[in-house]
Amino acid sequence: MPGHPQLGTKDWLIRVVISSGVVAGIWGLGLGVQAGLIEYVQRIVLLCGINIILAVGLNLINGTTGQFSIGHAGFMAVGAYATAFVGVKLAPGVAAALGAGALADGVVFNVALLVGALLSGVAGLAVGVPSLRLKGDYLAIVTLGFGEIIRLVFNNTKALGSATGYFGDSPAGLPPYTSFFWVWLWVVIVVLIVRNITFSQSGRSLIAIREDEIAAEAMATPTTRLKVTAFTVSAATAGIAGGLFAHMQSGIRPEDFKFEKSIDMIVMIIIGGLGSISGAVIGGIFLAVTLELMRDLQEYRLVLYALLLVIIMIVRPEGLLGTRELSLSFFKRKAGAK
Amino acid sequence: MSQFFQQVINGLSLGSIYALIALGYTMVYGILKLINFAHSEVFMVGAYTGFYAAGALGIEGLEQRGAAFPLYLALVVLLVAMSASALLGVLVERLAYRPVRSAPRLTPLITAIGVSLLLQNLGMLVFTPNPRRYPPIIKEVRFELGGVIVTNIKLTIFLVTLALMAGLWYLVQRTWTGRAMRAVSVNLDAAKLMGIDTNRTISATFAIGSALAAAGGILFGLDQITINPLMGTLTGLKAFVAAVLGGIGNIPGAVVGGLLIGLAEQLVAGYVSPDYRDAITFVILIVILILRPEGILGVVRQEKV
Repeated sequence: MPGHPQLGTKDWLIRVVISSGVVAGIWGLGLGVQAGLIEYVQRIVLLCGINIILAVGLNLINGTTGQFSIGHAGFMAVGAYATAFVGVKLAPGVAAALGAGALADGVVFNVALLVGALLSGVAGLAVGVPSLRLKGDYLAIVTLGFGEIIRLVFNNTKALGSATGYFGDSPAGLPPYTSFFWVWLWVVIVVLIVRNITFSQSGRSLIAIREDEIAAEAMATPTTRLKVTAFTVSAATAGIAGGLFAHMQSGIRPEDFKFEKSIDMIVMIIIGGLGSISGAVIGGIFLAVTLELMRDLQEYRLVLYALLLVIIMIVRPEGLLGTRELSLSFFKRKAGAK
Repeated sequence: MSQFFQQVINGLSLGSIYALIALGYTMVYGILKLINFAHSEVFMVGAYTGFYAAGALGIEGLEQRGAAFPLYLALVVLLVAMSASALLGVLVERLAYRPVRSAPRLTPLITAIGVSLLLQNLGMLVFTPNPRRYPPIIKEVRFELGGVIVTNIKLTIFLVTLALMAGLWYLVQRTWTGRAMRAVSVNLDAAKLMGIDTNRTISATFAIGSALAAAGGILFGLDQITINPLMGTLTGLKAFVAAVLGGIGNIPGAVVGGLLIGLAEQLVAGYVSPDYRDAITFVILIVILILRPEGILGVVRQEKV
């Protein structure tokens, strides 16, 4: 196998320029969104981003690796609570050092998000090590059990507000850190990380595990280590989404992270196609937008939603894209085929 | 000591209800290798059917006059609810599970979750989300036995559960339908080759499991006094854990698992903290799946290439 080519100064320069361009682009788009869209639509745009992070992260374990977790709402909860708590405790100190303002807020928010991702990753590791020995629906059920336990722990932790939820120390609730810029910057980061894992050698091994675990093991793939790694990364991304979600509202409650939330995530990746990153992106946006569009239907909304899920499973269980990816070459091939 | 016996009595009656629901999970899993998430909603619909049936039979008028609901009418309520749930269970299998039966295993699992959500939300729509007071199909009589309070409702729960289990045992072990069910659970394709109508057998399994869940629903309503459309979620999960604990696919295992889960829940609520009564079920689930995934009475199956 050939090694990676050494990157020269010029390559690094190109990378820095592209990255700055992307960051500036998100910044500019954020300003445009803030100026041009009403608050309600802005909220949906933020939800789309958070859903994408959830879906792409969950897809790494459920889709690419084929190890089905139906308890990811628990990891989202760990990230949400950790981010909110750390953010609230950190804010006064950082504001004193840097002066209150957007810079201090950004530092606090991102440090808190990283802590949240770290803790939910640790939670993922702790859940993954014992659980991933199980397969199929047994694994699914055990992740469901862990997800519920995590929620019940938050439900009974007094320092985090028990069942009433955590609203920070100030009466105004959690600070509204979550903006278009931060959400979509994290979307880009998470999608890149997951994409790089999926198309690396380890990613190929993950797919091998999905297709036939025993055969993969026979080919000397370290199946357990890879499964646990994928699970941990997936839990950490759910934690980031949780942190972004927490600061979108004044507070977080344990009931925000019920079993239904895990189902929502699964619906996202199923609609797009299990095992496809671009599918997960589409599914995440689709769910955020449809659930909002159906809001007028009120109590019929969830009935239709469930019906949609059942019909998709019967009619097209592989989702919109299956395991294919949308990319430029995909469109070129389509055009060429015609 | 009397507190301990009180918890044991309460735990066993709650456990009997879990056992009744767990039987449906375990029978379906034994045959289709499918976790029938919609089972918890079949349980809920059973409880509501009983609620409306008792209403239609004029329980309110009797209650206002202070008269007890006659026992034969209580049996009618039970039968109506069991038949309605059996029909619902068969319909769910026919419309949602049969089309995906040969798909990869996760497809039926997600379908089951979808059906569960669908029935739950339909329940919210049809029955309204408000909790309802369950009609006293059996009038409560309390008596004391050496410091332990026992009610006739708890006794009824035991007796009805025992009777239904005896019936199930007879059905599975002594009838042709039961023999077909056992054959299909050993090997579906081989059973088909032996001339067993597997579709009919699967329908029968869903009907029986759902009827038992409906009985569980009525007993649950009597025991817990209120019902609501979301009552199935947590109770169903606990019953499923009971089935896993006993060894999924194993009928006596579901009964043992149900009773153990009920006991564990009541003892934790009584001696540790009521806040953790729900958590203990999931702790048991995780411990059992990690240490002995085949359950207490289950058989180890080696994975073959």
